[in-house]
Parts: sequence; C-alpha cells; structure tokens
Amino acid sequence: MVHPYLFFVKLFEAIGLGHFAHAYPHVIYSWVVMILLLTLGAIGAKSISLIPAKAQNVFEIIISGIENFMVDVSGEEGRWLFPLVATIFIYIFTCNLIGLVPGFFPPTASLNTTASCALTVVIFTHIIGLKYHGIKYIKHFLGPVWWMIPIIFPIEVIGHIARILSLTFRLFGNMMGHELVLGILFGLAGLFFAPLPIMALGIFVALVQAFVFFLLSIMYFTGAMEHAH
Amino acid sequence: MEAQALQFFIACVTAAGFGIAVAAFGCGIAQGIGLKAAVEGIARNPESSGKVTVTMLIGLAMIESLCIYALVISLILIYAHPQAAAIAKIFGAS
Repeated sequence: MVHPYLFFVKLFEAIGLGHFAHAYPHVIYSWVVMILLLTLGAIGAKSISLIPAKAQNVFEIIISGIENFMVDVSGEEGRWLFPLVATIFIYIFTCNLIGLVPGFFPPTASLNTTASCALTVVIFTHIIGLKYHGIKYIKHFLGPVWWMIPIIFPIEVIGHIARILSLTFRLFGNMMGHELVLGILFGLAGLFFAPLPIMALGIFVALVQAFVFFLLSIMYFTGAMEHAH
Repeated sequence: MEAQALQFFIACVTAAGFGIAVAAFGCGIAQGIGLKAAVEGIARNPESSGKVTVTMLIGLAMIESLCIYALVISLILIYAHPQAAAIAKIFGAS
C-alpha cells in the first residue's frame, strides 16, 4: 500500500523523531486533535458572561443540544454521565473530520484509537452496574428464570464482548474504508478531482459514526443503570 | 511449494471479492426496507419527519456496520493476511 504524505509526520522528521512518527501516526494526530480541542475550549471559556457572546453562544448550543439529547435517552438519573459521553462524541467527531484535510491522517482509522474508546465505554458500563446494584448486578446476566442460566449466562458474556468488537470495528472500518477509497480514487483520477464526492460523503459519515458511538454508549450505560428484566 | 502458496493467495483474494459483494447485496436490501418504512412513516405523518429521520439514520448506520465487518475481513485477507511474510516472499522472488 502506498504510504501517504502526512504533514505532522514530516514535521517530526525535521525534529529528528522520524522513526517514532512513521510508526505511530495515529498518536501524533491524536495530539493534534487534543491541542485543537483544548484551544477551542480555551477560546470559548475566555470571557464567560450571563448573556453569551459569540464563541460562548456556539459552545452553549452544542453542549446543551448534546445534554438534552442524552437526558432524553437515559432519563434524569443519567445526567452525571454527560462529561464522558460528550467528550467521546466531540473527540471522535473531530478525529473523523481531520481525516478530510489533505495531508492529515484520522486517528480513528487505526484500531488502537477505536479499541481504546470502546474498552473505556464497556468497562465503564460494568463499573456503573456495580456502583448502582452492587453484587446483584450479576442478575443482569442471568435471564428471567433460574433454570435457563447455563444457556443465558454465556450468551450474555459473549454479547458484552461483542459490544467491544462491534464498537471498535464499526468506527475503524468506516474510517479505514473511507481512507482507502480516497487513496485509490486519488491514484486513479486525482487530476480530475475524483475524490471530491467521496469527501462530501465523508463529512456525513464522520458525523453519523461519532453520533452512533455516542448513542450506543448512552444506551449501554442506561441498560446497566436500570433494573434487570 | 510456491505454486501451492500462490494458489492459496489467489483463493483468499477471490473469497475477499465475493465476500464483500454478498455483504453489500444483503446490506442494500436491508437498508432499502428500513428506508421504505421511514418514508412511509413520514408520508403518513409529516410532522414526525424530524424524529423519523433521526431514527432512520441510526438504523441505517447499524445495518451498514454489518457490511463494514465483512469489509474488514476482506481487507485482512488481502492486505494483512496472517501469511503475509510468506506471500511477500513469493512476489519478491517471482
């Protein structure tokens, strides 16, 4: 496969850390996304007033929109989960979007980033379950009647492991497939702007995949918080 | 020995091509059925268009992810094959 030209990797080569940069481009672009989000947050929080100005207004719309949607799905008792899921949504959305800039590599097109986000969500699901129900959280895995436990329990465990795999591979496959299609189209007919319609689709896919990850996280958390069937 | 390994690689790449084709076929039918139900819902009740559209997009993304799993397996078969080193040696040697 052709190795693409990545700006920040070249930057690191100039400093002298070229070997590290070539092996781990997803780490470097994660740092780029982090710096970008921290800068945007600092700009938004610079002068907070009761009647919001321009930047604060935009951020209030985004944050309140996400929070209202989350409380719609999870109920009032799930409001404390908002920082984690909003971070996941904004981080994954930004990671997906910077892949559309020529010369940037989306961190979510690497299994490491998506697997780390999925593991965080699923392990936190179990922590929520244990925190809300204590040891009785095991009842979530045991099914409705006691004599079906030998069948239901392995199926539930496999279902939880499948959640990690599905979250990881859905996001990774979408982003990696998008990068591959862009690369192939660019190689085939780059001078005729062939990748452009795919990049327009890419904006839509970036939003939808971040939103689906966010929605599934909320549904898993809500399922762990509520009582067993 | 090299001829056998080459045949194995040819079989893997053929399987990858057919695998993703079948997956896309099933995914297309499933998303079409979901889309049909959503459009009928909007036609009966235009006021619910916002909620129906959001639900439809979420459902389409879920169905699409099944096709993406098949795509990942096809990509593994072609590019990240477990026998990648041996296959690369074949192409390097020939």
